[in-house]
Amino acid sequence: MNYLDNILFAILLVVGIGYFAQNVKKLIRNIKLGREVNRSDRSSERWANMALIALGQSKMVKRPVAGFLHIIVYAGFVIINLEVLEIIIDGLFGTHRVFSGLGVFYDFLIGSFEILALLVLISVIIFLIRRNIIKLKRFISSDLNGWPRSDANYILYFEIVLMSLFLLMNAADYHLQNVPGGFGHYAQAGAFPVSQYLAPIFDGMDNALVALLERGFWWVHIVGILVFLNYLYFSKHLHILLAFPNTYYADLNQKGQFDNLESVTKEVKLMMDPNADPFAAAPADENAVPGKFGASDVQDLNWVQLLNAYTCTECGRCTSACPANQTGKKLSPRKIMMDTRDRLTEVGKNIDANKGVFIPDNKTLLNDYISPEELWACTSCNACVEECPVNISPLSIIMDMRRYLVMEQSAAPMSLNAMMTNIENNGAPWQYSQQDRLNWKNEN
Amino acid sequence: MEQLTVPTMAEMLAQGKQPEVLFWVGCAGSFDDRAKKITKAFVRILNRANVEFAVLGTEESCTGDPAKRAGNEFLFQMQAMMNIEVLNAYEAKKIVTACPHCFNTLKNEYPELGGKYEVIHHTEFLKSLLDGGRLTIEGGQFKGKKITFHDPCYLGRANNIYEAPRDLIQKLDAELVEMKRSRANGLCCGAGGAQMFKDAEPGNKEINIERTEDALETQPQIIAAGCPFCNTMLTDGVKNKEREADVKVLDVAELIANAQDL
Repeated sequence: MNYLDNILFAILLVVGIGYFAQNVKKLIRNIKLGREVNRSDRSSERWANMALIALGQSKMVKRPVAGFLHIIVYAGFVIINLEVLEIIIDGLFGTHRVFSGLGVFYDFLIGSFEILALLVLISVIIFLIRRNIIKLKRFISSDLNGWPRSDANYILYFEIVLMSLFLLMNAADYHLQNVPGGFGHYAQAGAFPVSQYLAPIFDGMDNALVALLERGFWWVHIVGILVFLNYLYFSKHLHILLAFPNTYYADLNQKGQFDNLESVTKEVKLMMDPNADPFAAAPADENAVPGKFGASDVQDLNWVQLLNAYTCTECGRCTSACPANQTGKKLSPRKIMMDTRDRLTEVGKNIDANKGVFIPDNKTLLNDYISPEELWACTSCNACVEECPVNISPLSIIMDMRRYLVMEQSAAPMSLNAMMTNIENNGAPWQYSQQDRLNWKNEN
Repeated sequence: MEQLTVPTMAEMLAQGKQPEVLFWVGCAGSFDDRAKKITKAFVRILNRANVEFAVLGTEESCTGDPAKRAGNEFLFQMQAMMNIEVLNAYEAKKIVTACPHCFNTLKNEYPELGGKYEVIHHTEFLKSLLDGGRLTIEGGQFKGKKITFHDPCYLGRANNIYEAPRDLIQKLDAELVEMKRSRANGLCCGAGGAQMFKDAEPGNKEINIERTEDALETQPQIIAAGCPFCNTMLTDGVKNKEREADVKVLDVAELIANAQDL
């Protein structure tokens, strides 16, 4: 017996999955660079959210065309991957179509995979047309220039190649199954509603050559899947995995509720406590680092915000719904997420290069990636949060960065400083005395 | 016009009474000339429905919302804690407000700081008065008029309240027409997130103009709002389009008060 194939397959599998696992570890480490935030509560609501929004795609279909096509690709991706299980077993043990013993059920499985594969192909081609020929606004805006736009197209090309290989592999198999008198181990198994129409391309070819092609398609298909798996880490396509934890850990409060900074609460309480001794020494803690208010870099964000950044697949629904963006302002909520992820990747690489410690690189998320002009254009209207099909909140990052600008740098626009001075002095954003608050009662 | 009855919490306390509801007027409702009309319209309805309410008057202060959205968490929490001290001293249980920003802050952001109240927006409160039979409305001057409703972000998306204002408009026997972007997809008026108090960043259009165009597309006679800031932005938008002669921007409370000739 020749075990070379099986050994080669096992090595490929271990390398492919191993490298991916290593990158997943890095991903988790990077996410954990974020500040702590407790999302371990209300687990039943969280599971329900995940089931409805990630598994059930409920927010995707708010835009029906994209939503419908996405469901096809998503279902195709998940269901056709059952076939990968068979491929792995066949590859490791040298069997051929090991599940064919399931009989009619196997026919049903292979038949439905084929139909799904065809639907996925059609959907992916429509996606490419939407991006590159119809040029929908959210796919051609400048925040996608360069790698992000190529990345999106590569993913779609990849899916075309994988689906085509799957169908070609089946077509060759079907051709060999129907060689009069049979050919080798290609026994009658499966139903081929799509690939039977491709099979005639093998007519007139030598059977041995067709068998070789069938093996070729099989190998390139599985290698392609492993390459695609490893591509995820370097791509926006991570959403296929991270959409699940992301919807689970998403903020469950009303969208209007912004968090109250705890560190501020302590100080304000102290200020308002008439019994507090303003000259008392602060509790001695040698290692205490004075907390920073708000966020100027990724480490100041919480881990859910960092998970959000890796989950974003740059669909741009947020940006297309953003009132600031629609009226020509620089702000794009999608860019906020992409910048956060790019900076986090950069910080992660820095840590890798410096034996596990981050060496300051004189760069920050604020200014080097996101400008104050973008942050000040936000109306906090929550349209981006409402739109996101996987419950990402660009708004929470914008707010944390505004907090840094205002509380650490006193860098609010002049007119906002005037508004805040008014609130401090007379309890209203305008210059009216608090004593005049009830004057309206007697005015006509 | 009959005199408004507006007792304060201090007066109520002096008489040993606790009002049914505390009316949180808000800064816009207290000081802004346009918003004061909304405040008075709401009070006239409360007076008509014999609701025993009270205001904080000179003891009320900004909730801190614009400071928080501008990034000044310190100022927000100082305002919040001072207000909570006052509200708790009066043992306030139920608060109604005509400002979605005050509403959101009081309802969602005060509890964690020690201020736990039942907080309702005035459109919800008016709806409950109707449902409870304490107020009846007839269409009056609005019968058959085309009215479109602009969802305030801090009422709609922020707190999922979409129906109460619409139910009230429909009670006026008016024709409620929806903008192409409404409810959860409603476009912001441009005032939120402290934008009301600063110039917009450079762009090619003002947000309130974009939103006013949405509203005018429905060919309305009235644009209804439920927020004093949205009201200002849309009023400016209508003026910019030189349509103030045929399109009015009115708060839902004003619609109801006017329908009753209050």
